[in-house]
Amino acid sequence: MNTFSSSAQAAFSLIASLDPQLAGIVLRSLAVSACACAIACGAGLLLGAWLGVARFQGRALVLALLNTALALPSVVVGLVVYLLLSRSGPLGFLGWLFSFKAMVLAQAVLVLPVAAALVRQLIDDAERGHGEQLQSLGARRFARSVILLFDERYALLTVLMAAFGRAISEVGAVMVVGGNIEGFTRVMTTSIALETSKGDLPLALALGIVLLGVVLLLNMLMALLRRWRERLDNPPPVPDSAPACAVASKSAAS
Amino acid sequence: MTLLFSLQSASVRFGRVQALSGCTLRIAAGERLALVGANGSGKSTLLRTLHGLVAPASGQVQCDARARQAMLFQRPYMLRASVLHNVALGLWLHGTPWALARAQALAALERVGLADLAQRSARALSGGQQQRAALARAWALGPQVLLLDEPTSSLDPAAKREVERLMAEFADDGMTLIFSSHNLGQVKRLASRVVCLEQGRLVADLPTQAFFNGPLPAAAANFLKGEMG
Repeated sequence: MNTFSSSAQAAFSLIASLDPQLAGIVLRSLAVSACACAIACGAGLLLGAWLGVARFQGRALVLALLNTALALPSVVVGLVVYLLLSRSGPLGFLGWLFSFKAMVLAQAVLVLPVAAALVRQLIDDAERGHGEQLQSLGARRFARSVILLFDERYALLTVLMAAFGRAISEVGAVMVVGGNIEGFTRVMTTSIALETSKGDLPLALALGIVLLGVVLLLNMLMALLRRWRERLDNPPPVPDSAPACAVASKSAAS
Repeated sequence: MTLLFSLQSASVRFGRVQALSGCTLRIAAGERLALVGANGSGKSTLLRTLHGLVAPASGQVQCDARARQAMLFQRPYMLRASVLHNVALGLWLHGTPWALARAQALAALERVGLADLAQRSARALSGGQQQRAALARAWALGPQVLLLDEPTSSLDPAAKREVERLMAEFADDGMTLIFSSHNLGQVKRLASRVVCLEQGRLVADLPTQAFFNGPLPAAAANFLKGEMG
């Protein structure tokens, strides 16, 4: 208990003093995960939207594979990306192994199925509910996927946050392809693992607290988004009998 | 009169469910056709088949490709966008440039009396207003045929009257109306011809007056008896 309380005290003082080592690791973690999310969500959005409206033979198998990929162990992803980027691998000429880019790539591969599967489910449900009406208006598959993506834009923010949460909290993939090099590829999760094994508990705990803080912040943002969406989805109704000028002045006042 | 639709022994199946069975029907331009029948009798499937949303498993469905169609659904889908943008969407999807689509959408909203609410969120509208906005969206496309799937079933009496009034006006302008309804009063007021369906089969196809006053096949008579209490 003494070790814990003294470590916690030291951890909080590291956070409060914005320790440069701690700040560097936190910023690098956020940058890696943000880049990975941007890439994975961009690709996942397209793939998920297409899978949501496309109907083809073998679609069920593709969906099963995609859903299986949701549970990809991060160390396996790390291993595959390592083999791809290693000097004798097909992407070895890039020279990315043990670099920031390698970590981004590994996290992007890890997060892509999450983004694609969540977007696919979202668009699939919307297509089942409203696709026929859009088709009736003249929207073909591609147009339907774009319109439904636009209409589900608030839900897509939740997907983005879920993807970021998955990326920032994983340890296996970045450890394997990044190598946990101090000042270069050391991120929060790999540092926690390393510092704990070294016995430097205050830094590990401080990083753990920041990581929890980031995840907590994400959850709070998601909850706020959900509330905002509910408000947008259920706006106060316009009464049938309300004269137009009354409605206009009311909206102007608000 | 120009023939718009011709169905020859058309059948539609959804998995194990036979939604439409051997349906033969001809619909000419300018008709006001009402589809009646119990829930699950195949009214919506017939409308969707005519509109090309559902392909028949057997039989033939022919429609005049020159006649532009629009369909109004029981619960119209409104995007999370303004009323104006929702109406302009259909035009844009038909190739109208966005600026022009907005101008035409505003004219369509004026036609249904919703121009003042054009900038409001479409989802903030009441059920009746949403249905009118959907009517504007359909009307803006300049259809010769308007298919309506129980357009007033979830509306209050005032909204119902308003939608009915618009339907009658569109029909007076020469638009062909094909609508399904459980409201026999509405059928009497709006339709010139009634088609009655039972379990996917067409059991009566008569002018409105003959349907309500004349002798009917047993299945149609039973339906009418049940509906009239």
